[in-house]
Amino acid sequence: MSGIDPMLPFDVALALALVALSWAVLAAADRFAMVVLFIVLGLMVALAWVRLGAPDVALAEAAIGAGVTGALLLATLRHLRGPEAAPAPGPVRWSVAALVAGVTVALGAVVVAVATAPRPEGLAGPVRDNLPASGVEHAVTAVLLNFRAHDTLMEVVVLLIAVIVVWAVDRGLAAAHDPAAGPEADGLGPVQAGYARLALPAAVVLGIYLLWAGAHAPGGAFQAGAVLSAVGIMAVLAGRWRPEAHHRAWARAVFGLGAAVFVLVALGVGLGPGVAYEYPPHLAKPLILAIEAAVTLSIAATLAALFFGREPAPVSRSRGRRP
Amino acid sequence: MSVPGPDLIYGVAGLGMFGLGLHHAMTAAAPLRRVLALKICAIGASFLLIVAAWRVAPGAIDAVPHALVITGIVVMVSAMAVALALIRRIRALQDGEDTQPGHTQAGDTQPGHTRNREGRQ
Repeated sequence: MSGIDPMLPFDVALALALVALSWAVLAAADRFAMVVLFIVLGLMVALAWVRLGAPDVALAEAAIGAGVTGALLLATLRHLRGPEAAPAPGPVRWSVAALVAGVTVALGAVVVAVATAPRPEGLAGPVRDNLPASGVEHAVTAVLLNFRAHDTLMEVVVLLIAVIVVWAVDRGLAAAHDPAAGPEADGLGPVQAGYARLALPAAVVLGIYLLWAGAHAPGGAFQAGAVLSAVGIMAVLAGRWRPEAHHRAWARAVFGLGAAVFVLVALGVGLGPGVAYEYPPHLAKPLILAIEAAVTLSIAATLAALFFGREPAPVSRSRGRRP
Repeated sequence: MSVPGPDLIYGVAGLGMFGLGLHHAMTAAAPLRRVLALKICAIGASFLLIVAAWRVAPGAIDAVPHALVITGIVVMVSAMAVALALIRRIRALQDGEDTQPGHTQAGDTQPGHTRNREGRQ
């Protein structure tokens, strides 16, 4: 590196802010402050990833890591009242601190070695060479949907499992805590409704754009799904739409849609001319877009359902079981 | 190298986040704080991957670690949602507000067990 990078002060300031914010999140006395600081931290992390040439990761972190996770945390806060449990006693804390310091210093040696030594090319070369055969022009999308499609399928399945578990675990919660109970229950008013009227159409367009742009620019199914899930969350909070018990069958179908289309395409390709996940180059782009569209819908529905937590039905069948 | 590049700067920051998160994940007693500490630890680990993928020339940046980190972010939000659901349910059981207290809990015979304040979030 020759000369001084004009961005150097920015990088140093942002790096310091990241560590300071992490400390502030973990040291905050108030739970609400903790969650708000955490959302700010997520956005700063996204900024750092733009500086490191990872705009796709930055989009995913801003939309999912800060946005959806922040919404999940805020929805959980209303269940938590009263004082927190005290942290571990001093001797435990100090021995853990020594252990963590050892691990961190060992990792630090690796980081410094990686950052100062000449880099091997890694997998950038093979990805670049095979990009024309992948069906898309954007390397990260090619890796996610083609070269490492099996990983991505498993990721979609993890989301599916998460919503199954959350619906099962939240069944015991009283309906009074239900954030999907509508604006009357939440005390939301015309401001939310007016904001939703302006923001929802724009967010839908943005989500579809992110999905389409993923083929040749930063974007893709996960970022688009997160934006569309925010549409669902906002629509319910503003009282535009209310999940009902009879929506559950549709919701389950949409949760499973992404994994189903993904598996069907892989099987179809595997039973036909090639190996599973090895899409024929002339069909690769339509196949990838079909998978991405289905996965986007599933992610949007799943993330919104994770926010609402309790499935949209009064679970009354076990109430009469016990006296 | 006379001036540290973004890789070294953010690598050290990621390391700091990893250590802070790991320490609090192991010592915090409040479940919500512990979950957030794990998420910060995961962000720190992601920084190491993104830093390893970084090159000075924009065209030479490795896309595979980026895809791995995106996968990690989605898996992390799934794990977080499950952890938060468990925190909500445990809290409802502790407060005696749960609508399905289960068969083995027998909250009506041992009310002190479900209302134990020591294990509070």
